[in-house]
Amino acid sequence: MPQPDSTVQDRVPDDLGSVEAGLDALDTPVNPPESGAGRFISKALPPIVAIALLVLVWQALWAAAFWPEFKLPAPVDVWAQIWELVTTGKIIELFWTSVHRAVIGFAISLMIAVPLGLAIANIIVVRRGIGPLVSGLQSLPSVAWVPAAILWFGLNDRAIYWVVLLGAVPSIANGLVSGLDQVPPILPRVGKALGAGRLGGIRYILLPAALPGFLGGLKQGWAFSWRSLMAAELIATSPDLGEGLGQYLHNGMSLSDISMVFAGVLLIFVVGVGIELLVFRPLENSVLRARGLTRAT
Amino acid sequence: MTATVEASETTIRATGSTTAEVRPVRFHQVGKAFGHGRKAVVALEQVDLEVGAGEFVCLLGASGCGKTTLLNLVAGLDKPTTGRIELSSSRPAVVFQEAALMPWLTAAGNVELPLRMAGVPKSARRAKAAELLELVRLGGLGDKRPHELSGGMRQRVALARALASTTDNTGSGAGKPSLLLMDEPFSALDAITRDVLQGELLRIWRATGTAILFVTHDVREAVRLGQRVVLLSSRPGRVVRQWDVDGLSSAEEGGAVDEINAALRKVISSHAAA
Repeated sequence: MPQPDSTVQDRVPDDLGSVEAGLDALDTPVNPPESGAGRFISKALPPIVAIALLVLVWQALWAAAFWPEFKLPAPVDVWAQIWELVTTGKIIELFWTSVHRAVIGFAISLMIAVPLGLAIANIIVVRRGIGPLVSGLQSLPSVAWVPAAILWFGLNDRAIYWVVLLGAVPSIANGLVSGLDQVPPILPRVGKALGAGRLGGIRYILLPAALPGFLGGLKQGWAFSWRSLMAAELIATSPDLGEGLGQYLHNGMSLSDISMVFAGVLLIFVVGVGIELLVFRPLENSVLRARGLTRAT
Repeated sequence: MTATVEASETTIRATGSTTAEVRPVRFHQVGKAFGHGRKAVVALEQVDLEVGAGEFVCLLGASGCGKTTLLNLVAGLDKPTTGRIELSSSRPAVVFQEAALMPWLTAAGNVELPLRMAGVPKSARRAKAAELLELVRLGGLGDKRPHELSGGMRQRVALARALASTTDNTGSGAGKPSLLLMDEPFSALDAITRDVLQGELLRIWRATGTAILFVTHDVREAVRLGQRVVLLSSRPGRVVRQWDVDGLSSAEEGGAVDEINAALRKVISSHAAA
């Protein structure tokens, strides 16, 4: 290393500091600001227009009397069904019965799936042994478990939860595993160099690093648990079970009331999408934005 | 003020080069092979190397000389197959080629991470992180996320984080000389940034008095930064030659670069025949 003479050495630090500050200012990535109104138009308008078009086509098909009335109801009739549920307050009972089951089922799935996913991702024997099994279960429709669940548990909540669990646990666990697998190998190495032990490495490095993939798994897990729940409610109907959206749909079929069936499908759709938009999407967006991984919107 | 600092630095280096017990790291005939039997790849063979307290040593070599393997051994990320490494420093701090900052943490959060894992209380962590960010001239940017920083700034955060991992080990590392391991830390940066950061590194080295083991494949960088340049051969990596490049004038520096370059080329061309 060359030894600079003293006058140079006196001058150098300040020089270096200002050059460095200049470089920092020039090299720092610049993010263009977004305007609120522009964002609304570009993001919220397309789906609204799409829905409006869909209703329009539906109305036109109904007006053309393409299919008989008992096959395709008028949009107004379906709306009347929903409105009646709202005014009588029955909609709250329907939502409550289904949503609280889905939430409880999802929470239990989470408690089972997280340790399971951690074990599969970190322990080779476990991965080889039950990894394929868990992936396989994900592609098995959980409705297939309804008959077995009814025979084992009878027509009660436990049967329904069993079906929801088998739907949600594999996708949450798989999401966690793929999230952990996609962690860049440099991060755990850095963690080790910074003094992380095995548990510290999992807690401070691996889990936060796997969060985006895990959130994807959660989203999918929610979709699966909602689907499984509706399937279970639709098949396992009994007065003891209370009336959820699935039973409501089933009743519509029994009464041959197509507008009721449409209303049921619509409500199931609204709840499923609503929870994704209100809970999972903001969560995912905030996590991704904090990491500079904002996707094209 | 400046005079005292310089005086204390000289004493540190003087003791480092004379007394044996304060050497942060010492290699005794260290070898490292990957795999077993005939297919084993020998990365390092009979490496004897030592770094004095406060000394700046540059490891130079072409691809496949096991530079990174050697650093991993010192950092404890890997174990030697033969020989032993005597480590008498506090936990070595490591700076990798990529900054590898945790994308979910702010700059300050990244610097605090090793302290958090060592169980340092929050207020002490904050103060230490602020001090280290100030040292790498990023004071006031602690709230920025890695993706909001330039490549050079990220690498400085990584340097501050590495220093945080070595300075506070709740007592166990106290009093021991510190050691900073750097694995081609500037090779992914553009030329201007690299030049500035080399100057910064020298400044930080002088300010902290830490020993540095710096891996590079750039002869100029090695001569500019190091007090000693160690040339490793490739496959297997062995120490070929060492040059003392401390206190060279700029003319002598050019000569040293040419000489080391020639030696490096000889090592590389010896592989063409094989």
